Amino acid sequence: MSTKDKDSNSSRGGVQVIEGSVEKDKIRRKSRYAIISEYGLQIYLLIAVCISVMVLTVLLVNVVLNGVERLSPNLLFNYASSNIDEAGMRAAILGSLYTVSLAIAIALPLGIATGLYLNEYGRDNVVSKVVYTTLTNLAGVPSVIFGLVALSFLSYTLGLGRSIIVGSIALAFLVLPLITVTTIESARMVPSTHRLAAYALGARKYQVVFKVVLPQIIPTALTSSILALSRAMGEAAPILVISGLIFVRRDPLSIFDEFTVMPLQIYNWVSRPQQAFIELSAAGIIVLLLILLTLNVIAIYLRNRLQRRIVE
Amino acid sequence: MIRADKHMKKGNRDAKPLFSGKNNDNLIDIMVKYLLLSAALFTILAIIIIVYSLASESFNFFLHIPAHEFLFGTRWAAFFDDKSFGVLPLLAGTMLTTAIALSLAIPVGIGSAVFLSEYASSSLRRIVKPVLEILAGIPTVVYGYFALYFITPNLQYFIPDLYTYNALAAGIAMGVMIIPTIASLSEDAFYAVPQSLKAAGYALGARKSTVVMRIVIPYTLSAIVAIIILGMGRAIGETMIVTIAAGLKPTLTLNPFESVMTMTSAIAQAATGDAPRGTIEYTSLFAIALYLFAIVAILNLISSYIKRRWEIRV
Repeated sequence: MSTKDKDSNSSRGGVQVIEGSVEKDKIRRKSRYAIISEYGLQIYLLIAVCISVMVLTVLLVNVVLNGVERLSPNLLFNYASSNIDEAGMRAAILGSLYTVSLAIAIALPLGIATGLYLNEYGRDNVVSKVVYTTLTNLAGVPSVIFGLVALSFLSYTLGLGRSIIVGSIALAFLVLPLITVTTIESARMVPSTHRLAAYALGARKYQVVFKVVLPQIIPTALTSSILALSRAMGEAAPILVISGLIFVRRDPLSIFDEFTVMPLQIYNWVSRPQQAFIELSAAGIIVLLLILLTLNVIAIYLRNRLQRRIVE
Repeated sequence: MIRADKHMKKGNRDAKPLFSGKNNDNLIDIMVKYLLLSAALFTILAIIIIVYSLASESFNFFLHIPAHEFLFGTRWAAFFDDKSFGVLPLLAGTMLTTAIALSLAIPVGIGSAVFLSEYASSSLRRIVKPVLEILAGIPTVVYGYFALYFITPNLQYFIPDLYTYNALAAGIAMGVMIIPTIASLSEDAFYAVPQSLKAAGYALGARKSTVVMRIVIPYTLSAIVAIIILGMGRAIGETMIVTIAAGLKPTLTLNPFESVMTMTSAIAQAATGDAPRGTIEYTSLFAIALYLFAIVAILNLISSYIKRRWEIRV
């Protein structure tokens, strides 16, 4: 082995002596190439990052510049109207509020229960594997299909009509994978020593699940439900299919009422060619983004608090 | 730890055990298990209902229109007098906008991910990460507005014969929408590259760019492919951006400057117009949706297959 090494070393040395100048040239050229590719890559990466930052800035500036003049109490407290100066999105705001909170009320318990089952009970059984695969598939289904199926199955087959409850169920199943997956992930973070300690104290499985695991995943569940809330609040496509583009000129009172939501009202305004309606849609977008921003800030705050506690 | 301490102290004080054994505990234990199981089964129920609804309504459609006429027909005119239900123009619209979106989102998204995981200082990360998170949270209606009233007018400045409603602007907006998904998922994949491999590269005198191009990217290649497929699925399923900005005009074209209608926007348009239940227009939507569902399901399958292989490697 050692003689072989020496051999190869000496022969390589020989080659270098003979073709030294060529070799040096090659190395120099190579290093120049390396420097160029190094800077090239860095420039490319900087551009890539700048694109995101730039687009966000331009988008926000554009929306604010277009919409700020139309921001008024009318926008919040009036119903939709063809009279631009009086048009508002009161019915849409209330519709969004009802639909989305009902959707979370359905999806959160369902998602947490599913996540707990998958992580605590069915680690490797067939059912949980099937459920998990289904879940990833559900996450990939285009949102407009949720709307279409809800319309066909819930509105017509079950006779629920084009109502708030149908929209809520569609949105609930849209965000269910998100909530379930975060539940599974956070349940996985619970140290197994905690579970074993509980068992050692004579706890039953359900007691371990409800008194040891559940309390520890509640903060994450809270965060993920807020993120799900903001996701559901921005969804327009399924609601467009379920409720259609209708004028709602009264507050929704029951879960079986017709409804519209904020993104849909904005879509309604965007699709009108008059300049004033474009401005109105920008103003509507400002309201929607402010609501979403508030939700996200709450979620990030909760997440950071949670992370700090884990570090402690 | 804190929690256990708290409970212990509490237990010492009022002598109430945390876990009390009752006679009916066995029953509760079993009930809880099946309660949670039944919640989990809702997921399966949902997918069954989705497939059943799509299949049964599509069946009604295919009773009237032969499948080959739907799959290979080159004209979509569901709401005209001489009806025609060829899905190819819609498929072309979907593929066109998706291709535009991906050709923006892949280089930018992966570039951002490399930057964040390999190059960025922590202070820069603290600026860029929230930007990506905010972009991910922006509703698609807003991107549609942005495509129609910002991207298109600015593109028309360079391309005078661009239609007001066009595939290009919609595709670009869709690309921006997907960037955060691709960036954050690839970033996670890049973090999974073992430090030892990178360190070995540096020990051999490699520059950072060499480590990125020769070690990080090849190591995560299969993950990147899975992520791209995921992004593709999102682009194919995206509805509002194309409904607002791409024009709702079913044209069999691959010219990005023209107005197109995608599969999703055909469904959305019918919802805004009138497709009463039971009519052939109504059932045609389910045929499109079924087709869409099949495409996305196949993409999902490929992506999860690749991911599984990748996880085995790690």
